[in-house]
Amino acid sequence: MSALTSHLRKYVAAPVCHDIQINGQLVGLHDSGVLWWPEESTLVVADLHLEKGSSYARRGVMLPPYDTGATLEKLAGVMDAFDPACVICLGDSFHDADGSDRLPAPYRAMLTTLQLGREWIWVTGNHDPVAPVRLCGETVDEVRFGALTFRHEPVETVGTSETAGEVCGHLHPAARVRRLGRSIRRPCFATDGTRLVLPAFGALTGGLNVTDEAYGMIFRRRQFSVFLLGNDRLFPFTASRLVGD
Amino acid sequence: MDAALLPSRFQTWFASRGWTARPHQLQLIDHLSQGHSTLLIAPTGAGKTLAGFLPSLVELDARGKRKPGQAGNGIHTLYISPLKALAVDIARNLEAPVAEMGLPVRLETRTGDTPSHKRQRQKLNPPDILLTTPEQIALLLSDPASERLFSSLKTVILDELHALVTSKRGDLLALGLARLRRLAPGLRTVGLSATVAEPDDLRAYLVDQPDLGQRALSHLVEVSGGARPDIHILDSEERVPWSGHSSRYAISDIYSLIKAHNVSLLFVNTRSQAEMVFQELWRINDDTLPIALHHGSLDVGQRRKVEAAMAAGSLRAVVATSSLDMGIDWGDIDLVVNIGAPKGASRLAQRIGRANHRMDEPSKAVLVPSNRFEVLECQAALAASRRGDQDTPPLRKGALDVLAQHILGLACAAPLDLAATYDEIRSTETYRHLNWETFEKAVDFVATGGYALKSYEQYAKLRKGKDGLWRIAHPKIAQQYRLNVGTIVEAPMLKVRLVRSKADGRRTPVGRGGRVLGEMEEYFLEQLTPGDTFLFGGEVVRFEAMRENEAYVSRTHSDNPMIPSYMGGKFPLSTYLAEGVRAMLATPGSWRELPDQVRDWLEIQKEKSLLPSKDGLLVETFPRADKHYMVCYPFEGRLAHQTLGMLLTKRLERLGARPMGFVANDYALSVWGLGDLSQLFSSGRIPLDALFEEDILGDDLDAWLAESSLMKRTFRNVSVIAGLIERRHPGQEKTGRQVTVSSDLIYDVLRAHEPDHLLLKATWNDAAEGLLDISRLGELLARIRGRITHSGLPHVSPLAVPILLEIGREPVYGEAMDALLEAAAGDLVSEAME
Repeated sequence: MSALTSHLRKYVAAPVCHDIQINGQLVGLHDSGVLWWPEESTLVVADLHLEKGSSYARRGVMLPPYDTGATLEKLAGVMDAFDPACVICLGDSFHDADGSDRLPAPYRAMLTTLQLGREWIWVTGNHDPVAPVRLCGETVDEVRFGALTFRHEPVETVGTSETAGEVCGHLHPAARVRRLGRSIRRPCFATDGTRLVLPAFGALTGGLNVTDEAYGMIFRRRQFSVFLLGNDRLFPFTASRLVGD
Repeated sequence: MDAALLPSRFQTWFASRGWTARPHQLQLIDHLSQGHSTLLIAPTGAGKTLAGFLPSLVELDARGKRKPGQAGNGIHTLYISPLKALAVDIARNLEAPVAEMGLPVRLETRTGDTPSHKRQRQKLNPPDILLTTPEQIALLLSDPASERLFSSLKTVILDELHALVTSKRGDLLALGLARLRRLAPGLRTVGLSATVAEPDDLRAYLVDQPDLGQRALSHLVEVSGGARPDIHILDSEERVPWSGHSSRYAISDIYSLIKAHNVSLLFVNTRSQAEMVFQELWRINDDTLPIALHHGSLDVGQRRKVEAAMAAGSLRAVVATSSLDMGIDWGDIDLVVNIGAPKGASRLAQRIGRANHRMDEPSKAVLVPSNRFEVLECQAALAASRRGDQDTPPLRKGALDVLAQHILGLACAAPLDLAATYDEIRSTETYRHLNWETFEKAVDFVATGGYALKSYEQYAKLRKGKDGLWRIAHPKIAQQYRLNVGTIVEAPMLKVRLVRSKADGRRTPVGRGGRVLGEMEEYFLEQLTPGDTFLFGGEVVRFEAMRENEAYVSRTHSDNPMIPSYMGGKFPLSTYLAEGVRAMLATPGSWRELPDQVRDWLEIQKEKSLLPSKDGLLVETFPRADKHYMVCYPFEGRLAHQTLGMLLTKRLERLGARPMGFVANDYALSVWGLGDLSQLFSSGRIPLDALFEEDILGDDLDAWLAESSLMKRTFRNVSVIAGLIERRHPGQEKTGRQVTVSSDLIYDVLRAHEPDHLLLKATWNDAAEGLLDISRLGELLARIRGRITHSGLPHVSPLAVPILLEIGREPVYGEAMDALLEAAAGDLVSEAME
């Protein structure tokens, strides 16, 4: 690709994000499930759960071995669109602590290519508490940039200064909307304006309904909004409009 | 037939009861003594079960008592029934003659409820006769002890064979039989069946099939049906409704019937109908007749109570779904009432057979159609019954997920030789078509998941040894197998628990520890919001909350419950009855037998529009309010219609007709939209022949299937049966909910990366046969080619009224998920702006 088309593409095909404020910071939510922070040219993605298939296969449950490939291809597409200077993976990037070691060579190469020329931060998660092996990037338990703090698990208190600006994953938020006798369940972003939970990005990652009591530990009862992932757009709802599973 | 076939001890016993052995009972003894497997087809009440057991009892009697210290003989006879309650019931009935004749026979049952110490003992010291279910056979065959256990097996009796072979349980059992034949050469099978359309299918199922050439058949003993049943259609003074399935109009007629008989059995098609009919009957039950309710999701204890009361003769009527369809003896039922559509001629015959378990007296039955189309269907079923016609489905082709499960089971029992196993599997009629390539794929699936990307070799569950035999890699794999065995995958169910209401204003948490009323499908409960009321277990309850795997409900005095929506039943209208209904519509001369109001309805249809022809398709179009409607009448059952509706909507969209949705029932299909369909069809801009062209089953279908939740649900079942997803973990019950989430994701990933995978093929086969009824849709499209008639009308036709009335009552299809979300989001906006 020539320098010119690459330059043009940034303006012509710039992905459309839903802009919101988190702790006073303007950030964009994208229908792929990633967070885009234009001011810092930073892309944030949560819960990749790479090598989940092989993690199950080790226990005799032969899930399709295509999850890592599917997740990385989707991630590559997003990276192509945003071309970020920095990528933050919000924990549970690998489904278990040995996941990065098991990563098949072609996927390792693919991931390494994605990392080229970028700052890359691995935030540790409960599934992957250690730094990935034979991969670039810096591993941290949490990281703070300006008004935002990036960590895997949300701090379980509501409305304290500690949680203001928190961006996290871990919960795999999903929401269900009912209409005309049918219900639709989709992964979603969940936010109350001070903190934000990202949906899980991995191909084989399920979701936890935001009406679950786990969310009561981080948001005031029903006082938050969700953004359901749709095709080419997000669908905003207030929590009071949602139903449980 | 020579009565000398029967030893004197047996003759004396028959004589002591004032009986003589019936010819078919003696014939069976004769066939089996010569080593022939035999199918016995007989109506209920013909002494079918005793006939099945007599040859074994005679043999065991001749064998004599085991001397003290003598080694056990192993199992002589296996009796396999589709219902564990039936196995238990039969064992009880068999104990009497065994005791009275003083036969040296030990008989025991083995079901999921049998305590583990007893199961253990049965393996060490097996009874002579074991009564059990297909799942237990699979479990026993996966045990290394199976070879010893079954090596002296002589006879297998398959009860209710016509019912067993129609499902995946029949596939699993066919494979189990092949293994039993290998463990016990010379094994004879006895099939007990109601009348079916193709007895040869069942005869082939019972025996070893040769590698090539004509299929082998068992011997056949057929008992002609006793007295013709006395059936008539309810002649009600009330107006027969245009649509719906409630049969409310006929409740007082049904109540009078109950009063006029000793014990009545009231069959309905769905659980919600059962609840509704039960409720309505009690509303007018001024004589407080003992009327009970029986359906599959009631608490087991509750069901047992009803069954016991029924057997004891203390009930006057039971409202039941198909949970009571099969052979258990409920005492003297003198009337069967079939409420709603019969759906199939054989199905109806089997239900009616429940009345009067004595062969020589006619069974008495009344059919209660719940709407006008059902009147036609009842009439067609009645005609079929008079002719004795049958419409049981043809024998299934064995499913691949069941095959995978069986392969793992065999490997758990003993090291596998692939070539021998392949031959064994192909010796069944069910899997005779299986090619080596598919078989190898199934083995590969069991071993490593069967993916083209061979990345799981190191985790393989089956490994090939130096001797060329395949073994399980670890004993815990056998443990996993045992927990996942079987082919019944229930829809995810939640317990329904009765608690105190919080509607009285006190904001206390919902109380714990109430009584469990039963179980309900998760998808129904999902649709409820606290405060909604519905009928359950015969009472109106109010939905309070969802807690983990339970739904909390409270008692309410509401008179107007929101009834669970009618799910159409599992059985679509049979092809045979559909043909009967079409023939009747096309022949006004045959309308004499119909009630006046139904005949008038058809007369007006003839005047205002056209009558559907016997082999063609009538398509009506008309404007209504601000939309344009198209209604067609294929009579091919709801499932095929739904699939067709989905495909037509997509195609009309592409042709610019702007369709908005569709609704389908067993008889008709309606699509509506903004485009003037009358104009588009009559001007030839959309030729009807092209619209219904068979190629609609190509790309459009593929595109739709990718998103279809039906396919995802099917895939989930297939994955559980094939062992990709575990049903349960040792010590930890996985909830249906968690399984659903992950199997959907697996489906997406697999479809994107390996569309030819064994499980996707199995899913497709299931859907084509079952949920989507694609085979039937294909036949429909072929039948109507060149025979489509368009009738452009100024307004709705009489025949179209029922289907239009279902709009709003039935789920409407055809709107994209994102469009729904958009509309819901739009609601929010207007809510905010007002």
